Amino acid sequence: MSGFRYEKDSDGIVLVTMDLAGAVNTMGPEYRTAMAQTVARLEAENDLTGVVFASAKNSFFAGGDLQEILAVEAGAEAPLFERVESIKADLRRLERLPVPVVAAINGAALGGGYEICLACQYRVAWRDRRVQLGLPEVTLGLLPGGGGVVRLVTLLGLEQALPILLEGKSFGAEAALAAGLVDELVDDQTQLIAAAKRWLLAHRGDADAASQSWDRKGFRIPGGDFSNPAVAQLVAVAPARLIAQTRGLLPAPERILACAVEALRVDFDTALRAESRAFISLLTTPQAKNLITGFFQRNDVNSGASRPAGIETRPVKKVGVLGAGMMGQGIAYVAAKAGVEVVLKDISREAAERGKAYAQKQLDKDVARGRIDGASRDATLARITATADAELLAGCDLIIEAVFEDLALKRDLTQACEKYLDADGVWASNTSSLPIGMLAAASARPDHFIGMHFFSPVDRMPLVEIICGESTSEQTLARAYDFARQLRKTPIVVNDALGFFTSRTFGTYLDEGVRLLHEGQHPLRIEAAGRAVGMPVGPLALSDEVSQQLNRKIHDTWRELGVLDSFGEQVVWREVLATMIDEHGRGGRHHGGGFYQYEADGGKVIWPGLYELYYRPERAVPDADLRDRLLFRPVLESLKCLQDKVLRCVADGNVGSLLGIGAPAWTGGYLQFVNTYGVARFNARCGELAARYGERFEAPPIALEKAERGELFV
Amino acid sequence: MVNHAFIYDALRTPRSRGKRDGALHEVRPVELGAGLLRELQRRHDLDTARVDDVLMGCVSAINEQGSDVAKMIVQQAQWSETVPGVQLDRFCGSALEAVNIAAQKIASGWDDLIVAGGVESMSRVPMGSGGGALAQDPELAFRSGYVPQGIAADLIATLEGWSREQVDAFALQSQRRAARARDSGWFDRSVVPVRDGNGLLILERDDFIKPDTSAADLATLKPAFQALGDLGFDAVALRKYTSLDRIEHVHTAGNASGIVDGASAVLLGSERAGRELGLTPRARVVCAAVLATDPVLMLAGPGPAAKKCLARAGLSAADIDLWEINEAFAAVAMRYMKDLDIDPASTNVNGGAIALGHPLGATGAMLIGIALDELERRGLRRAMISLCIAGGMGISTIIERV
Repeated sequence: MSGFRYEKDSDGIVLVTMDLAGAVNTMGPEYRTAMAQTVARLEAENDLTGVVFASAKNSFFAGGDLQEILAVEAGAEAPLFERVESIKADLRRLERLPVPVVAAINGAALGGGYEICLACQYRVAWRDRRVQLGLPEVTLGLLPGGGGVVRLVTLLGLEQALPILLEGKSFGAEAALAAGLVDELVDDQTQLIAAAKRWLLAHRGDADAASQSWDRKGFRIPGGDFSNPAVAQLVAVAPARLIAQTRGLLPAPERILACAVEALRVDFDTALRAESRAFISLLTTPQAKNLITGFFQRNDVNSGASRPAGIETRPVKKVGVLGAGMMGQGIAYVAAKAGVEVVLKDISREAAERGKAYAQKQLDKDVARGRIDGASRDATLARITATADAELLAGCDLIIEAVFEDLALKRDLTQACEKYLDADGVWASNTSSLPIGMLAAASARPDHFIGMHFFSPVDRMPLVEIICGESTSEQTLARAYDFARQLRKTPIVVNDALGFFTSRTFGTYLDEGVRLLHEGQHPLRIEAAGRAVGMPVGPLALSDEVSQQLNRKIHDTWRELGVLDSFGEQVVWREVLATMIDEHGRGGRHHGGGFYQYEADGGKVIWPGLYELYYRPERAVPDADLRDRLLFRPVLESLKCLQDKVLRCVADGNVGSLLGIGAPAWTGGYLQFVNTYGVARFNARCGELAARYGERFEAPPIALEKAERGELFV
Repeated sequence: MVNHAFIYDALRTPRSRGKRDGALHEVRPVELGAGLLRELQRRHDLDTARVDDVLMGCVSAINEQGSDVAKMIVQQAQWSETVPGVQLDRFCGSALEAVNIAAQKIASGWDDLIVAGGVESMSRVPMGSGGGALAQDPELAFRSGYVPQGIAADLIATLEGWSREQVDAFALQSQRRAARARDSGWFDRSVVPVRDGNGLLILERDDFIKPDTSAADLATLKPAFQALGDLGFDAVALRKYTSLDRIEHVHTAGNASGIVDGASAVLLGSERAGRELGLTPRARVVCAAVLATDPVLMLAGPGPAAKKCLARAGLSAADIDLWEINEAFAAVAMRYMKDLDIDPASTNVNGGAIALGHPLGATGAMLIGIALDELERRGLRRAMISLCIAGGMGISTIIERV
């Protein structure tokens, strides 16, 4: 039997060891054959005491084959439905054997892997970090179609199962035991099979142990069904709660909720069939394609797709961080946490200490939450030296400059401190928009000079945008990339241009929001349109967060550098900034209010003056146009970045937009969005928008070429 | 009549066993109904904003079928938000009642376009789950002498002297006729296959029919209502029907209507609505009638209702070409034919609920479609549709091709 090893011992226990071709077990064709044959053989066994399912790999079972799923096209639903139903029929036969089946879980059992575990009567897992259990399908735009929704709801009840299914989070061994996802833990991997067999022997001949609770007479779902008013209430509220979270942009959690509720209404087998139908319906949705593509591209980016090959990886041992403001203190903190020695330098010792205090505060929180102990906190803190003394930078293999966006200041610092770097040390600027080439001009070794754009708050934002100047060497890029990975960040690599990729693209969302305001659209409708496409907040609220003051400053700097409006005119934006700041003193959320006014209780309302200044009801445009204008601007800017070679590859653009600037998850990133929207359809829609709202919506040549060649952005 | 009430189309789902192993068990009642509305919209390129109302019969209007299921069906079908809906319940006559009220609304000139039909997922909302005073109010039972429908059907057979062989023979004929009609494709115009959200087929045609049933098979089935009769219901019935010394329990699962899931939807409208929307009328509702008779005998209402309907229309039985009487039980249909002195050859010519099943709140409008399709197939003019109803009620509708 290819893929599954089948051994029966003298106690009548069959051990099935899953060892499918490849590094991990997946639910591909080999699995399907192996499972069907195994179940048939088990059904034919005499003197059977029980069955243990185990894995020969480091993980238990990895789930569905995502490449296979990604390739599914509309029209293939009928055979796919048959396939899914046949996978489930085998699991159903497995759980209806006359003897119990135990899953002996030695490692990750996610998705389809955990669905196999759910079809077993008993689940024993190794108490180890490698054991991760859960049903993450929702995060890929899918649902657990191998019985996961129905079995989890039936096992735990609706209330307990829903968050697990809707969030898709995975559980470590202890958490899984507490949540009821496994029944027993063993300390030693070598005890796993023995523990499974021990349980089987203890339950030999026990009819209840041999059956699933849901197949027993008189079974009631934990927590009850609709006859329990609490469940009825939960079902009434759950869709609203979901819509409030997803804004209706993600079909997968909706289907999961519907399937989970269906499991309360109909018999087990009918519920399983409904789950198959819902699973099939998700496979071809743009959202699933986008989320799965995003998953693959993030993996590619993290595994070095944009890192020059053939350069040895050497961890950074000592990093200098110049400037202990918000960015500097965050970088110092994450670096220290990653075990790197940090010199945090500011103009005064006090300023530097204030920066270090941030790390202290975060670490104290971790101690309070029981995540780390006091000793570990102290060790991390001890790695940060707060100082005003540049001499202490000596021996750094990396210095990250994180001071204000002031070209002269940055250049001065480079000239003053570059000498403390190791012979082959790297100088990185954490600028968010100043061209690296201009900064590197101050360096004696521009080939060692690079941009490392961190995002705020540094400890929570997973992205680092690495910017290569014209002179930046491959060696330097590799070092910067490796350092980002050392911090467990996801690094994208872009070429040097004003605003790089993320700032330039991010700015278009704000710019379009301000344009909509200026042309007279209702401020609340603008904000609602931003949220409706899946942005975290509306463009006006986001403008307030960034602050009108800062935006003004950025424009001023660009003017000084002679690069104003170098990617599209932003006259309207500057006009509105001037009106808001100079005439009304509204410089942003932390400058006494901006487009919103901020209440003492933390709430905010649109500043009434906006209506007087700008609102013109007769100029209202359709909601669909509001939404597309806000979504298409950053998409178009991303396409231009790809066209201008600011982006070196599509994956960097998608991952960067998702992790750095809040591109809605359902898009799969701003470039991937165009693929599932349809490149030709996208270009046509751009034409409509351009005709109505201006040439900034014209589809760029790269999109026209793709459409002509029938290609996608990959 | 001020305005004619035209029938523009009459759709129904296939019917399937109303238990967890039935093909339609997995389909939520709102979707069962919505599938038909979407098909009406598709076939007629219907501007749904023109629909004045959607009337849906449903007997167990509780749980998934509770809270005005008709409006929920309209929403599930994503029809214009201007379309209202109302669920109504006249027991087994509900969907025909919906058609009749729709016809009356149109005839009055107050409305122009109405969908009338019904929905009943007996597998998901079992018969009787709605409770009600009919069977669960002792004070009322003392007053009304409630007996279950099956006892009443057996009472009719006993009064008429119909043997088990005779009712079984009627049942067998229903199976044969239904199987022939289905297999000849005579139902295909109006039976809309049920599909899932992916467009995959769930059920294409009626699958409750048992074409291979023989008289010998039917003879083996146990009387279904003997035990209930022995519990005391026979005594209740005999207290009123004193000329009998006992009730012969001749009805079985084989000669009574089947428990199934299904839905129906008839598009009715005025001439003007049809003209404006480019619809071709297939028939008109000539007349409708409803009445009540002895609630203990309960199921003998259809004959009197049909007579009332004929009289109101100024017609006689000879003016009717085809008859549809809901086969709640074999004796109900046999009593109807006897009351009206009509030919079995022109009655339930394509079988009935014994073979096809009786989704309580949806059946009446299904019979409209079956009768209309058959009138067209045979080139005939008029049909009478009748159903027996709990409480001794009977309901009838005459339709006429135009």
